[in-house]
This record gives sequence, structure tokens and C-alpha cells, in this order.
Amino acid sequence: MTAIADSASGEPRARGSFYFRYMVEPYLYLSPAIILIALVMLVPLAIGISYAFQSVNLLRPFQSGWVGLENFQTLWNDRKFWLALTNTFWWTLGSITFQFFLGLGLALLLNTQFYGKRLVQALVFLPWAVPTFLSALTWAWLFNPTIGPLPHWLAALGILSEPFNILGDPNLAMWGPITANVWFGIPFFAITLLAALQSIPGELYEAAEIDGASSWQMFTKITLPFLAPMIAITVMLRTIWIANFADLIFVMTGGGPANSTQILSTYIFTTAFRKLDFGYASAIAVALLGLLLIYAVILLVLRRKLVKI
Amino acid sequence: MARIELHNIAKAYGSVEVMRDINLTIEDGEFIVLVGPSGCGKSTLLRMIAGLEPITDGDFRIDGARMNEIPPRDRDMAMVFQSYALYPHMDVSRNMGFSLEIRKAQKEERGRKVAEAAQTLGLASLTERLPRALSGGQRQRVAMGRAIVRDPSAFLFDEPLSNLDAALRVEMRLEIARLHQRLNATMIYVTHDQVEALTLADRIVVLNAGDIQQVGTPLDLYERPSNKFVAQFIGSPTMNILGVVQSEGGVKLKDGTVLNVGSETGQRQAHELGVRPEHLDVVAEEAAHMRGVAELVEHLGSDTNIHAKIPGVGPVLVRQHGHFPMKTGDAVNIAVDLEKAHLFGPDGVRLAA
Amino acid sequence: MRTLRQSSPVAVTGKYLALGFYVLFALFPLYWLAKIAITPDKLIFTEGTALVPSRFTFENFRTVLLQTDFLAYFRNSLVVSIGTAAITTCIAAAAGYAFSRFDFRGKRLVIAVMLITQMFPLLMIIAPIYKIVAALGLLNSLTSLIIVYTAFNIPFATFLMQSFFDGIPKDLEEAGMIDGCTRFEALRKIILPLTLPGLGATLGFIFTAAWSELLFALMLINSNETMTFPVGLLTFVSKFSVDWGQMMAAGVLALIPSCLFFIFIQRYLVQGLTSGAVKG
Ligand SMILES: Nc1ncnc2c1ncn2[C@@H]1O[C@H](COP(=O)(O)OP(=O)(O)O)[C@@H](O)[C@H]1O
Ligand SMILES: [Mg+2]
Repeated sequence: MTAIADSASGEPRARGSFYFRYMVEPYLYLSPAIILIALVMLVPLAIGISYAFQSVNLLRPFQSGWVGLENFQTLWNDRKFWLALTNTFWWTLGSITFQFFLGLGLALLLNTQFYGKRLVQALVFLPWAVPTFLSALTWAWLFNPTIGPLPHWLAALGILSEPFNILGDPNLAMWGPITANVWFGIPFFAITLLAALQSIPGELYEAAEIDGASSWQMFTKITLPFLAPMIAITVMLRTIWIANFADLIFVMTGGGPANSTQILSTYIFTTAFRKLDFGYASAIAVALLGLLLIYAVILLVLRRKLVKI
Repeated sequence: MARIELHNIAKAYGSVEVMRDINLTIEDGEFIVLVGPSGCGKSTLLRMIAGLEPITDGDFRIDGARMNEIPPRDRDMAMVFQSYALYPHMDVSRNMGFSLEIRKAQKEERGRKVAEAAQTLGLASLTERLPRALSGGQRQRVAMGRAIVRDPSAFLFDEPLSNLDAALRVEMRLEIARLHQRLNATMIYVTHDQVEALTLADRIVVLNAGDIQQVGTPLDLYERPSNKFVAQFIGSPTMNILGVVQSEGGVKLKDGTVLNVGSETGQRQAHELGVRPEHLDVVAEEAAHMRGVAELVEHLGSDTNIHAKIPGVGPVLVRQHGHFPMKTGDAVNIAVDLEKAHLFGPDGVRLAA
Repeated sequence: MRTLRQSSPVAVTGKYLALGFYVLFALFPLYWLAKIAITPDKLIFTEGTALVPSRFTFENFRTVLLQTDFLAYFRNSLVVSIGTAAITTCIAAAAGYAFSRFDFRGKRLVIAVMLITQMFPLLMIIAPIYKIVAALGLLNSLTSLIIVYTAFNIPFATFLMQSFFDGIPKDLEEAGMIDGCTRFEALRKIILPLTLPGLGATLGFIFTAAWSELLFALMLINSNETMTFPVGLLTFVSKFSVDWGQMMAAGVLALIPSCLFFIFIQRYLVQGLTSGAVKG
């Protein structure tokens, strides 16, 4: 380093261009992205966290100011918050389980040879391209006995006593958004897992075949261990994403009936959007963020323990 | 035309130092070959000269002017990449003329130079093809053409022939040698293939693990390697290395035979004896220094390689010119050409013999 | 590989049944949407659950297009989606290029921040954004939506573009720089022409994402003139909650642009994700 400084001291301009090329230039390319992310995401994030400790209610503009942990005290005693938390758990667990297993099944199927594969692949991935609000509306309509076939089919199968709209039944309503979410989310898992499957070297299977392994043994001894890192990371990211995903529920049920489908993210949105109580909405959001962080840490630790690769 | 000087050049990636204290002067019009095993830093050095890799420390000069911070486009050097790096979306003539296009040369001049280069390289009928429609050898020629068209002050080659099959490699090697004779430009050529190095170079630079081992003409390196690494790297088949100890009247092999070499090695203790397979000879038993059995005999037509096992000494490779009547399992008696044997100290440095 | 071990007819049948199930499950809702949209109003209730309507009509589409604000929503959404896609792709291409080609101080930090923005609840910032946008007087403007969507989509688009750039050998622009280009010229004349499929995929992906965003649009827009499609359709649903045929027709129309884009980009998207996945 010293030699550069010494010998370059006579040529300051050249030296400037040296630093420009190797240190500053990448930031030139990055700066629009960094500036926009900072202004539109990071600054509001900081403000959002600070709101959690303030009273910011557009309907009561004169009562604003710092309130310390008051929002969180309210939260602790808010029955609706705890209900939404429970619902978030079931919503996330139900969605991720079905999405994952059905997505894995699809990826395994698409990783074999069959007639018409390209067309099938394009068709089964199509739900991913459907705008969320439209998936939500479509499924809400499908569950509506007036124009949708699902209630009639469920009744014919004896699952429902008569064809009614399950979205109106507090005990069953959650299954509506979960179904829509599973429909919408299978392609994501199928695509990522298919990509991972295709990166497993074929010789491994050939070697196992020569060693006389059964199909099931090949699946458990080769496929699963290879997929494990990918599974861990996608399941984690997807869980977080689903827990935050309010659109489907908001459009299909609005959190009702009787808050039976109210999850934390819809609760945040309705608190902000309907009641314009930004302080309380931010407190819920901070609580959700905290829970997700804890979840991510647990999963990362588990992953380090369980996955050897 | 350019005289290129490297003074105390060092290179580090982050905190990993891959190259240190490189000193080298390349004369105007000289053909220099950088040679060494894979990963020794040849490409890194070449890329620092080209301006593609920042120089961590030291002084890099072209014709006396310091150029460390000058971007590649202002160094007036052309480079042929190992992968050829042809622009996939441009046809052959645009690929070759791209540098002139960038430098805003006249259209006619560009056309003329490209046509000329295409003619020289036998590409005249292919000028409208895209690179993906060319064979490996043709791509290699286009890459060369791209360099020639520019008429640069120095040519840089990074293992340009390593993706070709053996026959093409020989042909292109001659082509490059002719090119150098015709243009008389400074050329820096990287390879891991010592045959390319020995046939092309005015001077060879042997690199190992980021250090220059020796700089010299091909014959220098062959006859006077400065250390065991260079001795073993240059020459094919590889030089035999036998453990010895210093003794009265020369050095003593492990089996006790005393060879009369290195009488004036000074104070240094000889540790190993190096002798090339072609400097060993199969002789009558009484004239032999070593006696053993032929474990494997390779009849190559022009040469015969005898892999002999000498009890108490180890394996030794002998090369006999022409066809030599010997077969596996035969007894073999070997004489060492003492004039041409080398002695190495414990640190691998060759002792002046 | 495993096709060699030819399985029993039962297994083969099972495989095709499973594939059939997936295809039906994926397509049925969309089919139903289209079916109701072309069923004449009179038949909707009498044939409520019939799989195929006995007669069909395009009357619903005509009504939606000509007698509602539908075309205005469509136009707004096009402006927002195309604007977002174009700006995001440019910015993400530059950022992805920097990640792919430079090793610089702070790179890990920038990447980590970008990853984190993909993990926290976006709803967390809906309130601050509302207040900032309101303070700037930009409520009900398409510009504010474009800016917000662009920022949201930059991280993913950057990683996508990076994986496309990673697929182009570094040698090419180095050859360009030796041939006399500045780095930027090499980027423009050599790398960009080769990244066109990647740019197309990113453009399509962002377009689709912007086309379907609902919650921020709902929050930031409430005038009928600047409503985007999702917001418009949602108000449409609550206003005309009995006119099923028209709602479904509107739904089908909303589906068209994103499905068109999806068919166009799917190949490149899977390719981009695959190369990223294999490396990652
Ligand atoms: N971008 C890089 N980051 C870190 N180390 C590198 C990088 N490029 C090359 N190296 C290291 O530098 C050394 C020399 O590499 P290189 O010049 O490519 O070798 P050669 O061309 O002689 O085979 C190698 O040990 C290699 O691992
Ligand atoms: Mg190399």
C-alpha cells in the first residue's frame, strides 16, 4: 500500500481514477437502488417502529405524541390481537403444509419424463400469474352457492350438510382463504424445488441403482438430503411471506365473520385503513415482526443442527 | 512497440496475497512466455499488465511511463482470451473490426484492415458468420484477427491454444510464431504447456505460487535451471531426481555409488542429483553407474523410454534415441552423463557445477 | 435415469392421474370465471352448477367495457405497471450488474439490507408511507404508486438481473474494454444486447407484480379517476354485488395482461431462478 501512495503522489489525477474505478464505480450503479430503498422502505420502517410508541390517529389528530409502551399494553389486553395471533398460526401452518407437500409432489412429477410435459408445466404454473386480488375474488365466487359449484359438491360428498357458503361460517371460514392460498402457492414451491431437483447429478441415481437401491431408498437417501437446504430456506422465507400476506383474506372475508379469519396482517391493515389508528397498527406490526424474527432464528439454528450440507 | 517494466509488483485479493515482488523487464519486440503450473498466477499477472486487474503494489511502466492506473483501453494492448471471448451477437467481421469501430476509424479503413486480417488468417469466406456457427479453430483465428486488426503495441495471449485439439494446436503455434516474425511486436504469452513455451519464446518466465523462479532463454532454462522446480518443469519427460550425499570425490548415491560430479560446489552440501532421461545411457555392465531392471519399456518409434528400477536408488527413467531393443524385465545398466548432471541443495537451489 | 427402471402400469396410471389432478386444480377456477362471464344473465342461476352453459354471450364484456369505469381502471393500471416495470428494470439492471461484476467494500452489507427488505412485513410501513405521501400532497396520484412499487420490487429484480448477468462471461466485457470501450460502453454495446431475455423476464415479472398489488393502492388511492384495476374491481364488486356475469367478465379482462406476460416470460423466469438456485 505504501508503495502506491509514494509513487503515485506525483500523479494525483491518475490515482483518483484508480479509486474511482475500483471503489466508487459500483456505487454509481447501485445508487438509484440504494436511494430508493432507503427513502421508500428503510426510512418509513424506522418511522413505523417509532409510531408504535406514539399515539398517531388521524381521527383524533390532537391527541398525538409519545406514549411509551401504552400501545403495547393495549395490545396485551386486546382479545382481538390474541385471536388474530392464533388465526395467523393456523393460517400459516395450513397454507404452508399443503403448499409444500403438493408443490413437492408436483416438482417430483415434473422431474420425470412424460408426454406433453412443456404444456403441462405451463398450465400448472399458471395460478402464479393470476393477480392476487383476482384469485381471491375467484375463490370467493367459487365458494358462493349461488354461482359456485363447490358448496354443492361438498354437500353431495356429505362434507357439508347442505350447500352453504363456508366463508360465512366462523368455524369453517379459514379454509376458504387457505384453499385459495394453496392454489396460488403450489407453483412457487414446484418451481424452486424443481430447480433444485434438476441440479442433483444424475450419476448419483445411477450409482444407487447399480448398488440395488429401491425407488423409495433413492428418494430418502439421495433426493431428500440434496433438497434439504433448499427446502429449509424456501419454507422459512415462504412462512414469513404467508404470515404477512393479507390480500387474500382481506378480499375474501375481510377478516370476518366474527373475526374468525382475522390474522395479524389483516388486523394491521384494517386498523390503519379503517380506523386510521397508525400508532396501534404499528404496534401490532412490531409485534408481528418480533415473532417472525424469533421464528427465523429458531429455524436457522435448527437448520444448522439438522442439515449437514 | 513497447518496452514493459514491472517493478516490485504485488497482488492481493482482499487479505490473500497471491503474488509478490515481481520484477521483470520486457524489451520492445520481445516474445515473452509466462509458464507455470495451474493457479500459479500467470493469468493474474497478464491481467494486471492488461489493466483488467488492479495492481495492489509496485510500479508498472510502459516505455518509461507509469501506467498502474491507466484503464485497459488506453494501454494500446490487444489480448487473446483462453475462451476467445468473441461477441456472440456480432458477425466475424464486426468482431474483428469492433476496436476500430469504438475508436471511430473510417469505414473504408476498417473494412480494409478487417479484410486484410481475414485474408491472412484464412477467414475470408466466413466474415458474415456469427461466432456460434464457427468451429473451435475458426473461433481461435477470429480472436487472433481481432488482435491483429488493431496493430497494437503489445499482444497478450492467455493460454490461447488450450481449447484446441493437438493437431490444431501445433498449426496455430506456427501461425503465432509467424505473426511475431512479421509484426515484430512485443508479445506476452501465458501457457502451462512447456512445449509451447520452449518453441515460441525469446525468453521464458517460470512462475510458481506467485513467485518468479527463473527468467531466461529456452536453452538457458534447459541447461541451467536455477532450481529443482524449473529443472523438473522444463523438459519432457521430467528430469530424474535422486537423493545423494556429499562425499569424497563427488556425491554418493543411496546405494553407495560415488559419482564424480560437483567437485567445486563450494561450501554448499549437495542434497539431490538431477539428470535428464536423455542424459542417461544404457551401457555395458562394467561401464555402468547403476544397475537394475526395466520395469516398463515404451517404444515410441523416435525414442525408447525405459522405466528402470535401481535397487537402493529408486525408479529412474532413461531415454534412448530411436528404437532400442529391450523389453520389460530385462536387466539394464545405466551410465550418467556427468557433464550434464545437476546438483541441488537442500533448499532446491541448483549448485553451480 | 429413473425412466430405465420402468415401473408397473399401476404406477404409470397413478402418475398420469396425479398430473391430471394438478392440471384440473390449476385450471378449474379460471375456467369457472370464464364460464360465468359468457353465460347469459338469465341462465346464471338456473344453470348455476352446470359445467357447460347451454348458450353463451359476450354481452357482459360489452357492458363492462362500455358502461363502467373499467377502461379508466385498465388505463391507470397499465400506466402504473408499465411505469413501474420500466423504471424498476433499469435500476435493477444497474444494481444487478454491480453485484455481478464488482467486488467492493460494503457489498455484503448492501445485499443483506436488500434481503432484509424482503423479509419484514410490508404492511409495517403502510402507515408511514401514507403520512409521507399525504404530506407531499401525492395522494391519489399514480406517480406515488409507481415510486412505491418500484422500491418494493427493486431487491428481487436486482437478484434476478444479477443471476442473468452472472450467466454472461466476464471475458466479454473485458475483451470490449481491451478493444477500447469504457466499462459503460462495454455494458451498453456488448452486455445489454446479450441480456435482453433477462431484461424481458424482469420486466414481465415486475409488470405482473405491480398489476396485482392491492393494499397500498387501496390506501393511497381513493378517487375514481386514479383507481388501479384491483381497487376498481373491488369497489366494483361491492357496488354491483349481484351482477355476477359482469364481475366475472371484468375478472377475465384483468387476467389477460398478466397471463400474456407470464406466457412470454415463464421460460426465462424459470431459467433465471434455476441458475440462481443451482449456485445459491
Ligand atoms: N478473484 C479472485 N479472488 C481470489 N483469488 C483469486 C481470484 N482470481 C484468482 N485468484 C487466485 O490467484 C491465484 C492465481 O490465479 P491465476 O492467475 O488465475 O492462475 P493461473 O492463470 O496461473 O492458473 C490462484 O491461486 C487463484 O486461486
Ligand atoms: Mg489462467
